[in-house]
Amino acid sequence: MRSDITIIKPKVGWQSLDFRELWRYRELLLSLVMRDIKVRYKQTVLGFSWAIIQPLTTMVVFTLLFGKLAKIPSDGVPYPVFVFSGLLAWNFFQSAVSAGGVSLLSAGGMISKVYFPRIIVPLASIGVSVVDFCISMLILFCLMAIYTLPPTPQMLFLPLFFCGLALTSFGLSAWLSAVTVSYRDFRFVIPFVLQIWMYVTPVIYPVSFIPEKWRFLIYFNPISGWVEGIRSSVLGRDIDWAAIGISSLLTLVIAYIGLKYFERADSRFADVI
Amino acid sequence: MTENSTQFAIQAKGVGKRYVLGGAEQQYDTFRDLLTGIMKAPFSKYKKLSGQVDEDLFWALRNVDFTIPAGQITGVIGRNGAGKSTLLKVLSRITSPTSGRVEIRGRVASLLEVGSGFHPELTGRENIYMNASILGMRRTEVNRKLDDIVQFAEVERFLDTPVKRYSSGMYVRLAFSVAAHVEPDVLLVDEVLAVGDAKFQQRCIGKMSEVGKQGRTVLFVSHNMGLIQDLCSHSLYLKDGQVEHYGTTSEVLPMYLSDGTEQRSEWISDDVSSVLRRVRLIDESGEPINSAGYLSSTFAEVEVCPDRPDSDFIVALRLTDELGRDVLTSWDTDTNSRNTRVGESYRNLCELPRGLLRPGQYFVTVMVRKLKHGYIEMIEEANLEFEVTNIDFMMNRERFGVVLPTLNWECELV
Repeated sequence: MRSDITIIKPKVGWQSLDFRELWRYRELLLSLVMRDIKVRYKQTVLGFSWAIIQPLTTMVVFTLLFGKLAKIPSDGVPYPVFVFSGLLAWNFFQSAVSAGGVSLLSAGGMISKVYFPRIIVPLASIGVSVVDFCISMLILFCLMAIYTLPPTPQMLFLPLFFCGLALTSFGLSAWLSAVTVSYRDFRFVIPFVLQIWMYVTPVIYPVSFIPEKWRFLIYFNPISGWVEGIRSSVLGRDIDWAAIGISSLLTLVIAYIGLKYFERADSRFADVI
Repeated sequence: MTENSTQFAIQAKGVGKRYVLGGAEQQYDTFRDLLTGIMKAPFSKYKKLSGQVDEDLFWALRNVDFTIPAGQITGVIGRNGAGKSTLLKVLSRITSPTSGRVEIRGRVASLLEVGSGFHPELTGRENIYMNASILGMRRTEVNRKLDDIVQFAEVERFLDTPVKRYSSGMYVRLAFSVAAHVEPDVLLVDEVLAVGDAKFQQRCIGKMSEVGKQGRTVLFVSHNMGLIQDLCSHSLYLKDGQVEHYGTTSEVLPMYLSDGTEQRSEWISDDVSSVLRRVRLIDESGEPINSAGYLSSTFAEVEVCPDRPDSDFIVALRLTDELGRDVLTSWDTDTNSRNTRVGESYRNLCELPRGLLRPGQYFVTVMVRKLKHGYIEMIEEANLEFEVTNIDFMMNRERFGVVLPTLNWECELV
């Protein structure tokens, strides 16, 4: 162990992620996720039930607004179940990206005082959203039980699609967190863009709601394939593999660019934060 | 070959670190300037933020070379802005150097701050695990050392209380305690010891020298020359981002203390019509100084050339400590009934007595207050800086106070 030599030299140009080092710091990742989860509901009366109340309330409001009032079709599935299955995927994406985008900035104190692989910071902020997603999933299963919708074999694909969505969120978060360090404008841009993004994603409406002529447009949205895939797998409908394929491709591109950018900006973080 | 390569703990070769300074924000004079400024701002700001502007470059470290053998405790000294903290940041990999190369053998822990990652809502126990994982400790390792950590910090009773309910002393004790138990091969310490109460500071210093005795390598940045002298066998003296000298502490320390080019220990007026001509700080033998031991006196030598009668000006001296607190103010009229003539030069000496000022950095402001009909018409001012060191005595850390005088005590039988 004493012969381990650390070499410190200037970081120039594109760096590649050191996975071995990341693995050594896995406990830090876990600690950060645990910290954020523990802290979140401290000193609240309802505590952990907020994680259930929030998505349920949104679902009720959306059902009344879009299902009953606007009468948006839901492909034959009860609208509450339909909208909730989309919402949980969307909520994951939204909370992961908005927390991830500012994660480096919020961890500024730590970054300027201690060394650790910086990529852990956006990674940890996504970890918290994963927990929320799992809770929402349980609620969805309860909802399905209430509406007597049986579990289907397609559900086996659910973990796969979720990983795709998580990877998109991670790539985007890594990139956004790195640019936000230098250009704080993104703190204002991110929530604004996310708000619009939800309406161009099939969350409150099914893909079939879009005129056939324009349906290809939805494929340009890297997460629409995942959101639709998660919904289809839960509700046991046919999976649109073309959409999944395009989303996979876009996700890989986003994750690659995001990570590369992050690693390139890495050496600057402590100086500009 | 093999023998040679096992010797060093830290080896730095030609290390440089360049920063881009943020220039001053643009000032707008008119509303029209402001409007056009706002339109142009995004472009110039983008250039600045992305580092495309060449101006305002600053080398915090330049061509730093040194080799530290394993097991040596090394002090890093230098004035503010000499690059001490930057060096620690480079060595601890918080920021990467602009040039050069460093090799460090073994596990490195840096203590640039205590309590990194501490969250006020978490309990003491949770924060120990949190902080330890940031410092690179394994969970199993923390489990093993938990009792020691808690005992050292003296927080046994509050282990499961959120740290937001801790007193600041408890907080710092816990934070330091975690860091002190990391057991790295190379420990980098910035002046975190300046925290906590005196008793705890003493124990931290004890812990540090214990770490040194275990054969670990320690790099210790401090302004406290007494501590450097006590703890460090060798010292690295940084000046303007370069290594000024590196050698044994007994050799380097006097060099540092006598090096006066950076500190303003002399002030000469550039206005021929001013009353205040020249101010210097000198010792008992009349030699100019910028630092003095606690046990020696410092004199402010003030040369004035009055342009008005005696009753219409006052020479004043004000002493401020490094935190900006006023330590004392003194007027020459307090003890001196001067008898000067207009147009001739006079030398005033004001003694800052020995055994009074607590070791540290001080700012001396010498003022000539020119009066007219009893009101201040104008003030001429000279600003100097000097340091009181505890090189000549061992300061007991249990003594509190802005000043550190030796008072007279008498005891008699009643």
